[in-house]
Amino acid sequence: MSTLTTTPAGRMTSLARAEMTLLARSKGTLFAALFVPMVLPFSVASAVDEADLKEAGLSVGTMLLPSAVGFSLIFAVYGSLIGVFVARREELVLKRLRTGELRDHEILLGASLPAVAIGLAQTLVISVGCVAFLDAGTPGALHYAVLGVLLGIVMFGALAAVTASFSRTSETAQVMSMPLIFLSMLGSGLVIPFEVMPDGLASVCERLPLSPVIQLVRGGWTGGLSTGEAFDAAVTAVVWTLLSVSAVRRWFRWEPRH
Amino acid sequence: MTDQVIDVTDLRRVYGGGFEAVRGISFEVGRGELFALLGTNGAGKTSTVELLEGLAAPAAGRVRVLGHDPYTERAAVRPRIGVMLQEGGFPAELTVTETVRMWAGCTSGARPVAEALDVVGLTKRAGVRVKQLSGGEKRRLDLAMALIGRPEVLFLDEPTTGLDAEGRRETWELVQELRDGGTTVLLTTHYLEEAEELADRLAILHEGRIAAEGSVADVVAAQPSHVSFELPEGYFVGDLPPLAGIGVTGHETVGRLVRLRTNELQRTATELLVWARDARITLGSLDVRAASLEEAFLRIAREAGTADDASGRPGRKEMAA
Repeated sequence: MSTLTTTPAGRMTSLARAEMTLLARSKGTLFAALFVPMVLPFSVASAVDEADLKEAGLSVGTMLLPSAVGFSLIFAVYGSLIGVFVARREELVLKRLRTGELRDHEILLGASLPAVAIGLAQTLVISVGCVAFLDAGTPGALHYAVLGVLLGIVMFGALAAVTASFSRTSETAQVMSMPLIFLSMLGSGLVIPFEVMPDGLASVCERLPLSPVIQLVRGGWTGGLSTGEAFDAAVTAVVWTLLSVSAVRRWFRWEPRH
Repeated sequence: MTDQVIDVTDLRRVYGGGFEAVRGISFEVGRGELFALLGTNGAGKTSTVELLEGLAAPAAGRVRVLGHDPYTERAAVRPRIGVMLQEGGFPAELTVTETVRMWAGCTSGARPVAEALDVVGLTKRAGVRVKQLSGGEKRRLDLAMALIGRPEVLFLDEPTTGLDAEGRRETWELVQELRDGGTTVLLTTHYLEEAEELADRLAILHEGRIAAEGSVADVVAAQPSHVSFELPEGYFVGDLPPLAGIGVTGHETVGRLVRLRTNELQRTATELLVWARDARITLGSLDVRAASLEEAFLRIAREAGTADDASGRPGRKEMAA
């Protein structure tokens, strides 16, 4: 006889293990999750002008590191989780899981764990890589960077569930994910630092979901983020996360539309 | 200790578009009983079972499973029930073993995976991906998962749809064993013989309402038996013995074909045959038929259909199964 009563952690681990197996068997998703976030930053690297960066107090390393973390959140966490949520819903897997002992939030969290693990692993690899090869230097305020990454993962996991709520199929999911992906890539300081944007535009762009994450990670590395600025960024991230979570609670669909 | 394991009172379910799939039904299922919800596609069987499983909240009415509300008190109910949905819900790329292992990890007191597969005869297919299973094998995988936690209450939504005759027989035997072992079972089916074979009691659902309920014998007893035959040339219904006098409750004629309804089949048949012998005539196409669940089922569908036509509402046979 195995364990008599299941625990939330045990149930989520069991689900995460199955999702990990599925991720390993889904070559397309695996490619998008592993390869794209690792390669994209280097295409950005060739586009950045070192002189402009110096003026803004940045180096290629401190510019690239937060961008790479951002790409990882966008593709490894957000992009692949939308696919997971939509596919499981359309296969009626979510409906079946809901007939068992798993609670609703455990289903979403458990299914997210493999993508979250990949996102974290990539962040670690990127950080080590940027320090070792791109002179990013040692972080001035590591706790801000860690806070940024953690908030980013929770926020983009929740945003993936929101996007999945409004996507009927895996194909529409790809279209539905485009606005946030482009907005994040262009407006959240991944390619164009806020410091070189016009002031008015920068103050709007700083409120985009990915922006506070980039600010916290970059500021955590350069040490150039005041407590007030860090707090401000963290509040923006928390607000987006809370909005996403309440949107999921309200709109997430557990079964295909008839 | 409550003996009513499932208790449903005036239950209603309304879908987003305003379609009322369940229109005020009530029934009870006692401990160790096997209760069947019988109905055509679109009768509201699955809509009802989903409310009992706690997958959705009812629009009105009350559900109690093991004394709890299955929707709001999910944590109290789920560890004690097993659910077999009408359609799988398995990731296509996992193997049978991986699928069951995942489910076992989410189920209190789960049997070992190998044992769960053995119970439903899937041991040989353990390493096969779910997408390569036949429809019948998928149903058995679903059953293995419903049974893995040794549930007190088992919900089976069309458990044998897609199975061949042998698979159906095996599932029936398994369900009977479980019932004999004390498991309370609620199953839905559109196979009359399945309800006849398994159910202690059943309810016939039609368009979201219970049209008949009771043991198979009760439901059948409420139906008339039939005697039908062809009268020879020159004979008419009026030539028969007085119909009321031989237990006939109603009759219809189509050309020379006569169809009598009776609640006293032996008396009606005997009087009719004695009359025919004495009159020296042969009744063609003679058919003496006791009431059956099938007759009950068809009559309910027919009568409800007529009522619908009369009120000018469209049929909605295929909606929200």
